[in-house]
Amino acid sequence: MIVLGAACLILALVAALYAGAAALAGTRGDRRWVDSSRRGVYALAALLTLGVVILEVAFLRSDFSFRLVADHSSTTTPTGYKLTAMWSSQGGSLLLWAWVLSLASSAVLYATRNRLREIVPWATAVLMGVGAFFIGLMLLAGPDANPFARLDPAPAEGVGLTPLLRHPAMAIHPPMLYSGYVFLSIPFAFAIGALITRRVDASWIRSTRRFALIAWTFLTIGVALGARWSYSELGWGGYWAWDPVENASLMPWLLTTAFLHSIQVQERRGMLKVWNSSLIVTAFSLALLGTFLVRSGILDSIHAFGASTVGPPILVLIACVVLGSATLIVSRLDDLRSERRIDSLFSREAIFLVNNLLLLGLCAVIFWGTFFPLVSEAITGTRSSVGPPFFNRLVTPLAIVLVLFTGIGPLVAWRRMSREAAWRIFRVPLAVAVGAAAALIAFTDAGGEPWALALFSFAAFALAALAQEFAKGVMARRRLAGGSVPGALLAMVSRNRRRYGGYTVHAGIAVLLIGVAASSTFQTSRDVFLSPGESAAVGEYEVRYVEPTQSVSSSEQRLTFGGVLEVTRDGEPFATLHPSRNYYSSRDTDPSAPVRGFFEGEATSEVGRTDGLDGDFWTAMQPDLTRLDPVIEEADRNLATLAERLPAEAPGAREQLASLQGSAIREIASRYQDEPPPANFRVNVNPLVTWIWIGWLLALVGALIALWPTAEARRRRVADVYAARLARELSRA
Amino acid sequence: MDPDRKRKIRLGAALGTAVLLAAALVYTSFSASTEAKEPSDLLTAGSGDTYDLTGKVVTESVERTDTGLRFGIEDRDGSADLPVRYTGTVPDPFREGREVIVTGQLQEGTFVAERDSLITKCPSKFSDEAEENPDQVIIE
Amino acid sequence: MEFLLVAAILLVVIVFVTAPLRRPARGEAELEDPRIAELEARKEAKYREIRDAEMDRESGKVTREEWRRQDAELRREAIAILKELDELEAKAAAQ
Repeated sequence: MIVLGAACLILALVAALYAGAAALAGTRGDRRWVDSSRRGVYALAALLTLGVVILEVAFLRSDFSFRLVADHSSTTTPTGYKLTAMWSSQGGSLLLWAWVLSLASSAVLYATRNRLREIVPWATAVLMGVGAFFIGLMLLAGPDANPFARLDPAPAEGVGLTPLLRHPAMAIHPPMLYSGYVFLSIPFAFAIGALITRRVDASWIRSTRRFALIAWTFLTIGVALGARWSYSELGWGGYWAWDPVENASLMPWLLTTAFLHSIQVQERRGMLKVWNSSLIVTAFSLALLGTFLVRSGILDSIHAFGASTVGPPILVLIACVVLGSATLIVSRLDDLRSERRIDSLFSREAIFLVNNLLLLGLCAVIFWGTFFPLVSEAITGTRSSVGPPFFNRLVTPLAIVLVLFTGIGPLVAWRRMSREAAWRIFRVPLAVAVGAAAALIAFTDAGGEPWALALFSFAAFALAALAQEFAKGVMARRRLAGGSVPGALLAMVSRNRRRYGGYTVHAGIAVLLIGVAASSTFQTSRDVFLSPGESAAVGEYEVRYVEPTQSVSSSEQRLTFGGVLEVTRDGEPFATLHPSRNYYSSRDTDPSAPVRGFFEGEATSEVGRTDGLDGDFWTAMQPDLTRLDPVIEEADRNLATLAERLPAEAPGAREQLASLQGSAIREIASRYQDEPPPANFRVNVNPLVTWIWIGWLLALVGALIALWPTAEARRRRVADVYAARLARELSRA
Repeated sequence: MDPDRKRKIRLGAALGTAVLLAAALVYTSFSASTEAKEPSDLLTAGSGDTYDLTGKVVTESVERTDTGLRFGIEDRDGSADLPVRYTGTVPDPFREGREVIVTGQLQEGTFVAERDSLITKCPSKFSDEAEENPDQVIIE
Repeated sequence: MEFLLVAAILLVVIVFVTAPLRRPARGEAELEDPRIAELEARKEAKYREIRDAEMDRESGKVTREEWRRQDAELRREAIAILKELDELEAKAAAQ
């Protein structure tokens, strides 16, 4: 099977190269080459799908002759995680990238098979170039990068999956994020095609916008899933660390957001063409950069997967993409000249231009901070890095202004708006903002935190502005067509999906930022070291360590030490939490001290958390294992003595030894229960943090509304298909 | 003022602002940054300033105390090593042999770390080693 | 055994991918004319602009006189597009 898989990969490379070459041949006009190249892309998708299936079957069957399976799975790994283990490896994740790219390319080429006939061949060539690169990496960058590398002889047992990844959000996070990156390649490829054929026009906008919105949706999901996992599973309790890899997923998101706004200006006024081409090129380059950062080990990050042979080639690809695209844009500056001017500074077009600048500025700040270690090393010779305080200090003001604009944008008219009209439109949301600020100062501590106060007021402004837009729209619709409020709302949204979908996204972002501001500025955090029975105060709460808990799982090879934490507020019971710590045996266990090996291997935290609309109560615990040291040593000593008496070659010796080890572990666990050591509890009170996830879901709903094809578009597509079929059949008759 | 001149002035103002902001950005980052050093660099540089100490956790050096953690950190090539005193959260992947970064100052031969500044690199997923027949404890 | 499988796959892929090349070259009649597609796209964008201007008036962002001026200009531009579209389609039908 492994030979078949490797052959699929080689055939895939050939298919990608052929499809690219055929597409280039087709740019001269002969449709047969274009059709053949499209089929080449379909074939590529089929071949890579076959490869993925072969690999997943190998995981399911625990076929350890596949090096990938041996390194990342084991017979004891639960089935679900066997399937997702594929992309925790270099080779597997490269295969995932190429596979998603082939599927997305196939879908896009199928959708445009009768349209955009000048741009499509060039776009195909670009997509296949990128695809061939990633497949080439798998074949040529060494056995690490090859998903079908073989292990000879095949080991009897695999290494197993890193415990940190045995979580549903983590399992789905890489495919979502990769999909976001890959889907950016589509608008990128079409932009290159449009630039080459000098067709940066309305039909290009119409198709690219959809692809970009799909990419944006996937990126949003990927980024949020990563933040959510970090918050609910890791023992530090935060959702964003300004880690280089996190930043690398945020930057393309920011630029894609700018692009989605900015092409509306190009559509109406024929302006910002250079902006739009540059935005999409830069967004895709940053997506490649994100892929590179994770694999190169060039920046210190908790994500960094170690230096590898794959890093430098990706860097070369990025350089080619950036330089090639820049040259192309510069050579087409004449075609990209603005057709018109901005009529007035007080217009939606002007607002969108400011928006571009804000988002670009945010991206630039994050980019600079992320790559600062490299810059400083180049300039001063030593590597310096900037931490979260730097990012927070610079990003906060920009984010606050951005929230303001999510409210201003929807309120301003296209082309130009008079001062009287502006006053009429702005006065209610302004009043709400001022009222909100006053209320916050009077009734909460927000007065002492100017940044948070500013953000809350601006977000109130934005939400009031958006509500006003919805309300006015519903009223207008009812004046026109009557009907109930919900009916009018539905009809209005359905007839203007892009507008109201966009407004919903804005609302989601405003809510999300409220959650971010509240949970970071007003967080209460304390570390308390408690023995069972002891309690401590955290903010307005009191926590008491009631009793220890423990469990042993043979299916997961895991030992769990935990505790029951009772939380009260003003004497009233608030919550009972069960934080715990999981210990997994490590791969390089010292065979003479297997029990100690459990406590020196991977450990993960199970967070104890209550969530509510007003905030989360979050806790993670770390038992003080030094008190258990003598017990552990004794267990290891006893095991060693027993092991000596068992000849290693005797039949069933391994199983006996294993069962003895198992008993020793269980003994330690019950000792923990009977004589529990004190534990360190990190307790965080995070106000309004749930609203981050609510805001994010709202943004997602908005994106789906905007994406939903209208009946008119569907009818048009169907008519196209019939017209094409008619012409085809007529020409054959 | 004719519109063309107005446009040029606006463009100039925008570019000027951009340059100023960029300069501010660069200045802030250099003054807010901490240098990364390995133990061997730090031993020659001496105490006083705050640095990011990077390196590997020395095997059999990890000691959990009442207040926090003590461990040794050595250069990636194993040359020099330093004792570290740390308080705060210990990241889940932390263990001996792993690469870590911790921020703090060298005081009288011990690196005193800032609270919660310990970062541990996730285990190298994309590593070269293919372990064969690891002696796993099997719980039954 | 696996080599046979690989050879079979290769054959199928080659046949599938080269099928269009074995057709006689044919005209581009069934493909959409990019100029017509461009005008269609511009027409749709113009219609949306007209609708948006109306919505701006409905929500009070522009006064009635301002809207009347804008609406007239937009409709002029839309009619120009429709005229061009008709000309192109007539030309295409004549071919």
